[in-house]
Formats: sequence, structure tokens, C-alpha cells
Amino acid sequence: MTRRLKIALIAASVSLLALPAQAHRAWLLPSATVLSGADAWITVDAAISNDLFYFEHHPMQLDNLSIEGPDGKTVAPENQGKGRYRSTFDVKLVQPGTYRLTVMNQGVFANYKVDGQTKRWRGKAADLEKAIPANATDVNISENHSRVESFVTSGKPSTDALKPTGSGLEMIPVTHPNNLAAGEKATFRLTLDGQPASGVDVEVVPGGIRYRDKLNDSKVTTDASGTFSVTWPGPGFYWMSASVRDDKSQIKNAQRRSSYSTTVEVLPQ
Amino acid sequence: MRLLISAALTTLATGSAMASEATISIDIPQLNVAEYHKPYVAMWVEAADGGKITNLAVWYDTKHKDNEGTKWLKDVRQWWRRTGRELTLPADGLSSPTRAPGNHQLKFDSAAKPLNELTPGSYQLVIEAAREVGGRELLRIPFEWPPKAPTTADAKGESELGAVTLKLTP
Repeated sequence: MTRRLKIALIAASVSLLALPAQAHRAWLLPSATVLSGADAWITVDAAISNDLFYFEHHPMQLDNLSIEGPDGKTVAPENQGKGRYRSTFDVKLVQPGTYRLTVMNQGVFANYKVDGQTKRWRGKAADLEKAIPANATDVNISENHSRVESFVTSGKPSTDALKPTGSGLEMIPVTHPNNLAAGEKATFRLTLDGQPASGVDVEVVPGGIRYRDKLNDSKVTTDASGTFSVTWPGPGFYWMSASVRDDKSQIKNAQRRSSYSTTVEVLPQ
Repeated sequence: MRLLISAALTTLATGSAMASEATISIDIPQLNVAEYHKPYVAMWVEAADGGKITNLAVWYDTKHKDNEGTKWLKDVRQWWRRTGRELTLPADGLSSPTRAPGNHQLKFDSAAKPLNELTPGSYQLVIEAAREVGGRELLRIPFEWPPKAPTTADAKGESELGAVTLKLTP
């Protein structure tokens, strides 16, 4: 084994641990999650920020937004807009039942050294090979797969739109996500590529930090079946997020980071 | 002979006069607010453990065209979550327009729907009110069914509901 290769391998293994953590939170915020009446509409904010649920950083890109209706068919968003701190879109809830809103992003991040200079690259997996020069050293590649979701129900809740896709980190609601109430316990399950995601830490953060001192966040770890439970201390919107790092990327020598986050609304009793 | 038969038949027919009766008296409070709307009110019976729901009445804005008044039914949130979201309104014998401030009475007979579905046991009468640009209040009155003796139980609201009384006669 050449010295350069050895160094590269050592550097690669060391920097696997040093992959940057997600500095901000990405979230969808529906105007309501429980609706009644035949002609129900919602408007949804989509943003990336530090504090929840405040718009203070970046609007979310909606290129990969998909809305699944109660019959499993795709629903088109309307009136999309992008402002300085948030993107917005409206959804007409034509049928009764539960809708799932998802923004899914996949991408590759790489950093490497050329002539002592650190370079960064980000793009699609297909373009990776061409992007990194032959004389690059300390190459770190991370394949990122992220899913950001929320759920709304018009009338009677249904479950057809909650079916997992079997790809990436996903949450399967055991408790219906639009049937959450303060003081009650709710249960959810995480899967990674369709398999139970066990031993994964889930961060649970209630919104509204601006008007109090303590974040009141909590952490819960999924059990062997990927299941975790939360007992809601009070009503409001909550953000839940988890991520898994492994080396199961389709890309050679790449680390994989799969993340999931969701916004759920907990109503008062 | 004919007289005897018709007398016997009458007795059979009035045999069901043994039916219990429930009367609910509900006070919608007069409120001194800038913009007043008559509240949406839902009344239902649930088993003491929270199971088996029996809807009694739903007052909402039935006058809205295209049934738009149903848009705010979800604000009667405990009722919506427990039972309302499974119903289709308007529903004969269940839904009716909102009522003005004052006293309103509803009578239910155990021989007729919906109380004829109630099996003997411990229950709660639940009344929930939600007012447009106002608040929401929920009251519970526990009772035993069927009543073995005449009983009166009440609850008093503080904001969106006044006094609610449940009178049961065996």
C-alpha cells in the first residue's frame, strides 16, 4: 500500500467522525392540522431556522415537495412563494382524510484537499466522479438523504397516505399524527430503508422558545423495533428529528447520513 | 268483548310509559363583548371510562350557504375528536341552529333514540361550547343509567356556558 493511500485512508477514517452536524432545523408548519368542513384549505410555511418555529434564516427549497392525499394520489400545491425567510404553499383538501406533506432531498457532499487547500463540493451522485480531481487527498464523501414531513387531516383521519416508502429514514405513526393531545402518550416507529431503526436518538422540541427561558427539549431512543414514545407536556407544535450515520452508501468510500424530521401539532384537551 | 280487547291493547301500548326521561337544561350566558356570535354547542353521553359515545345534540351555524358552518365544528375540539369528525352534518334529529343567550331545554326519552341505545351503567353527560372570536368551555355531569329514583345533577360554567342541569326521572 502506498504511503499516500495509507494517509488518505487514515485521514478518511478520522474525518468520518468530523462530518459537520446539522446546524439548523428544517421544518414545515401547516396553518392547521385538524380541519372540518367540505372546502378546507391549509397554507404551509417551509423554513430552515435555529429557533422553532421562527423564520430567521432561510426559506426551504420546495423543488422536492410532494403531497400525498388520502387516496394515495399526489396533490398539487398551489400559490407557491418564496420569501426571504420562508417558502409557502397552499393545499386544498378536496377529500376528507389525512394528507402527508414531504420534502425529500438527496445530495452528496464532498471535501478534499488539493495543494494544501481544502475544497468543498456538493451536488448529485452522478456528477461526483468528475467533480473531484485526480490529485485530491483527504477525500471525504457524504451521501445525505433527508426527509422533512408534516401531516394534516380534514374530517375523519385515515392512514393510506402514511404508508412508508421503504427508502431512507422514515417515521411510521403508530398513534395517528393528527390525533395528538396534551398529556397523552403517542407512539411512533422509525425505519431505515424499510427495516426497524433501533437505538436511534430522537430529539423532541416544543415550539415557542422566544417566550420562555428553557428549551424544554427531550431525547428519546428507539427500541429494538424502532419504536419510541412521547408524552406531550402541553399543547402546541413540536418538532421531532432523528438521523443515522452509516457506511451503507451506494457511493464508493462514502458515508451515508439519513435524516428525518417532522412537525406535529398537539391540541389541548 | 271488543271493549275488553281494546282495553288490553291500550295497556300493552302504554306499557312503555315505564320509559325513563332525561331533561337537560342549559343556560347560554349573555356576554358583553364587542362582537358576539352564538356559540357552537355539542352535547353527548360517554361511558364513565370514556368509551361508547352517544351524540345528543349539535348546535352550529346551519344557515351558512353551502354548509360552510361546518368549517368551525372542529373548534368544539373534544367533541370533534371523540365523535364529531366521524359524523356527517347536518344530521336529522341531531343538529340544529345555534341558540341565543338564555335557557334552553332538551328532553330525551329512553324509549326513543338516542337514549334507547344506552345500556345500564355509569355515564357522563358532556357539554362543550365554542364561540367565534371567543373561548371554549367543557362541562361534565356524571350520572347512572337507568335512574332508579328522580335525580338532579348540575354543573356551572364560568365563561361560555352558564348553569347546566340534568334531570332524570325513572
